[in-house]
Order: sequence, then C-alpha cells, then structure tokens
Amino acid sequence: MVGGNQLENANPLIYQRSGDRQVTAQDEDEDIPDKIDDREIFDLIRSINDPEHPLSLEELNVVEQVRVKVNDDESTVAVEFTPTIPHCSMATLIGLSIKVKLLRSLPERFKVDVHITPGTHASEHAVNKQLADKERVAAALENSHLLEVVNQCLSARS
Amino acid sequence: MKDSLTLLSRLSAHPDSRCWFLAWNPTGTLLASCGGDRTIRIWGKEGDSWVCKSVLGEGHQRTVRKVAWSPCGNYLASASFDATTCIWKKKQTQFECVTTLEGHENEVKSVSWAPSGNLLATCSRDKSVWVWEVDEEDEYECVSVLNSHTQDVKHVVWHPNQELLASASYDDTVKLYREEEDDWVCTATLEGHESTVWSLAFDKSGEQLATCSDDNTVRIWRQYKLGNEQGVVCSGSDPSWKCICILSGFHTRTIYDVSWSHLTGSLATACGDDAIRVFEEDTCSDPQQPSFSMTAHMSRAHSQDVNCVVWHPKEEGLLASCSDDGEIAFWQYQRLE
Repeated sequence: MVGGNQLENANPLIYQRSGDRQVTAQDEDEDIPDKIDDREIFDLIRSINDPEHPLSLEELNVVEQVRVKVNDDESTVAVEFTPTIPHCSMATLIGLSIKVKLLRSLPERFKVDVHITPGTHASEHAVNKQLADKERVAAALENSHLLEVVNQCLSARS
Repeated sequence: MKDSLTLLSRLSAHPDSRCWFLAWNPTGTLLASCGGDRTIRIWGKEGDSWVCKSVLGEGHQRTVRKVAWSPCGNYLASASFDATTCIWKKKQTQFECVTTLEGHENEVKSVSWAPSGNLLATCSRDKSVWVWEVDEEDEYECVSVLNSHTQDVKHVVWHPNQELLASASYDDTVKLYREEEDDWVCTATLEGHESTVWSLAFDKSGEQLATCSDDNTVRIWRQYKLGNEQGVVCSGSDPSWKCICILSGFHTRTIYDVSWSHLTGSLATACGDDAIRVFEEDTCSDPQQPSFSMTAHMSRAHSQDVNCVVWHPKEEGLLASCSDDGEIAFWQYQRLE
C-alpha cells in the first residue's frame, strides 16, 4: 500500500456505530412486501472494513445513512462515500468494495451508482469515472490479487 | 410507438454471465456472441429458432469482450481481457484458432477488420490502437502502434469502403487514422462528448459517423472535404469532421452501443437503462443540420444493461441485442410511415 507501514491518515476520527435496525410490526407482517430502503442498503455497507485501519467504514464516517439513496420502484441505488482525507489513495478501492458488496447483495435489476461525496477528494472526477465504468470494474474483478483485497474489505472481522 | 419494435425471440446465450457483444457474419447466416464466461458462441437459424452451432471455449483465459467477422466470412477475430486477440478459421461448421495476436499490455477492448480483409485493428486499455497486416498464409504482422489517445481505447471501427480507421476512448474523444508513407497517422480528433465514448458506427456511405457516450448522448458527425461548399475549414488535405446533430434527452444512462443500418439508414442504440431505441433522420431535414426523431423505444428490452445492438446485414429491420442478463434478443423493427 502506501510507504510500507506508514499510514496515510494515522489518527482518523472515530465515530459511534449506529444501533441495530428497529424492527416494526409491519416489517414482521409476512403479508406486506418490504421495499428495500436506505437503512437496508446502509446496513449492507456499514460493516465493510477500511483497507487501512482495523475499523469499519461506518466508524470512520466514510459511509453514512444520509448519503444512501434508494428507489426500489425505479431499481436505483446511489451511495456517496467520504474519504477520510482528500488525497486518500484508497478511495478507488473503497468505492469498488462498496460497489461489489451491493452488486453481490441486491437483485440484479438494481442500477448501483457509487460516488465520492462532492468536494471531499482531490481526484473526485477520476475516481467517479472509473467506478462508473462497468467494463473496467469487470476487468478489475478478474484480477485475482485485486479481488482478494476487495474480499478482505468485505470479510467479517474476527 | 412501442409497436414499431416487436420481439421475435429471446435466448439465454451466456448463462450466469454477461453477454458483451454480437456480430453477424457478412451474409447474415451466423451470429457470434461473446461474454464474461470466456466463451464465444456461434448461432444459426433452424426453422424459426436460433440455435447454438458451436462454442469456442478454448481460446481465452478471461472475458471475451468483442468479436468481428472478416469480410469474406471465413475468419472470426476475438478480443479479450487476457490481452490477446484470437483469429479463428471456419472449417465447415467448426472453428479452429489459427493465430493468437499478442502485444497489448492489458485488456484488448475491440477488434475490427478493414473492408479489404487485409488489415485488422485492435485497441486496449493500454491506450494504444494497433494496425495489423494479414498475408495469404494467415500471418499477421503489426504495422503500426498508434498512441494518440490519452486513456483506455474502447472501440475501433473501419470506414465501410476506405482504409480509414476510427477509435473511441475513455478520454472522451474519437480519433481517425489513415496510412501515410508506410506508417499510420491520426488525421482528426473529434471532441465534444463530455464523457467516455463507448462505440461508433459509420453510415453506409461512410460520410457520417454516429458516436455514443457515457454522457447519455449520441452525436452525428459529417465529413467535409477540402474545398467543401459549406466552408468548413480543413487542416491540410484531410477531411474535417463536424458534429451536425446531438441526440440528447432520450437516454437516461450510459449508451454502450450504436448501430447504423446500411439497408435502411435507421440508427439503433443500446443503453444502460435496459432500453433499445431507434432513430430516423427526418425526411425533409437539411443534410448539413439534420434532425432525427425517435421512432421506437423498447423500455425493459432486457432485464439489465443492453450492451450491444446490431442490424442484420441483409434483412431490413432485423435487429439483435444482448445484455448483462446473459441473453440475446431478436427484434423486428417496422418503420411507421
């Protein structure tokens, strides 16, 4: 990664994790179809591991529920993520991990867009363009080394 | 409007994978498809249905991104993420890989045969376009490496009757090349798209070019030769290409492919919003400033992104499409008068 053991952002701010989803009576009613909502998407991505720190993306405030927009009827999901520092070299990898997690978890009808929160990264446009290019994402995921790194971010922390 | 495009049949071509691209052989008797499952499949019609005639599974180690038939119809070229291009020779119903072209540093994104059949072009994420010469013994020699683009090159296509090559890139531009004194040179850069240009197609005459992009627009460009009546300035003796029409507001996501029918002049697009659309030039429109109307819109043509559309070379209105859902669909387009 960057400069051996030197962390890019050695002392990141750590945020409180949100509680578990409050299950309502309607959620438990099997006769009512439950639409996929913002919280459900957030629950899928909040526990993704940061590639650098032994912390989740939620604990580093890289992902927040307010930056998740889902429209179940139109089958669209848009997620903005905020790198901890504007020159974070991991931004593409973090975005790719979020995208892969959602592509693996959601029904195939969903269009998944992952962007950097506007104004929070020096190479925002370049990273966004790469994440939006499905051909490059497909090729990247055929690279076994890169796939292993993504899978590490997506694995459950022991 | 919807009735102008009718589904004829649909088949699962690359199950549990995506189907990236389709190519009709020159007579339209065979359709080649390729996909994320690393295979190429050859489809032929039996009665009313399309059946798989062969599976070419041994050539590539990674995704097969595009396929192209030689003008004689006896060869098929396949471009792969494994950085190689395979040349397959057709022997009755079977295909044999006769050559593997190596040289690109990483994913080969597209391959195209010149109308003479003596030249082949490939392009790659390594930002280069390669021109290969073919001799009678099936030997391929790289005659030029063109490094004009600053990013990933997505697609290459030859002019329908000249040795003029066009390429589309992640750098948002289109470039044109021709041979000059034993080497190939870039003669024009078409700027205007605001994001990746995914594909491009010449019209029958080769005087117009349609390009499609991640900016959700299609642009139509026209060639203006030196000394043209319209007064379009040319640099040197090469023709100049000018954008004469922009189709915007129709597509809601990335447009991955465009096909320009050489039989009817209809323009079809494949879009990331799962739809197929057809456009026609308006009958009384000025050729220097044409206007186009959308004459068909099949929303949910596929259950996922449509990656490719291609008009049949001989049968008017017959269109094939393929998608991330792994399927191929055949459509009949009826122009409404």
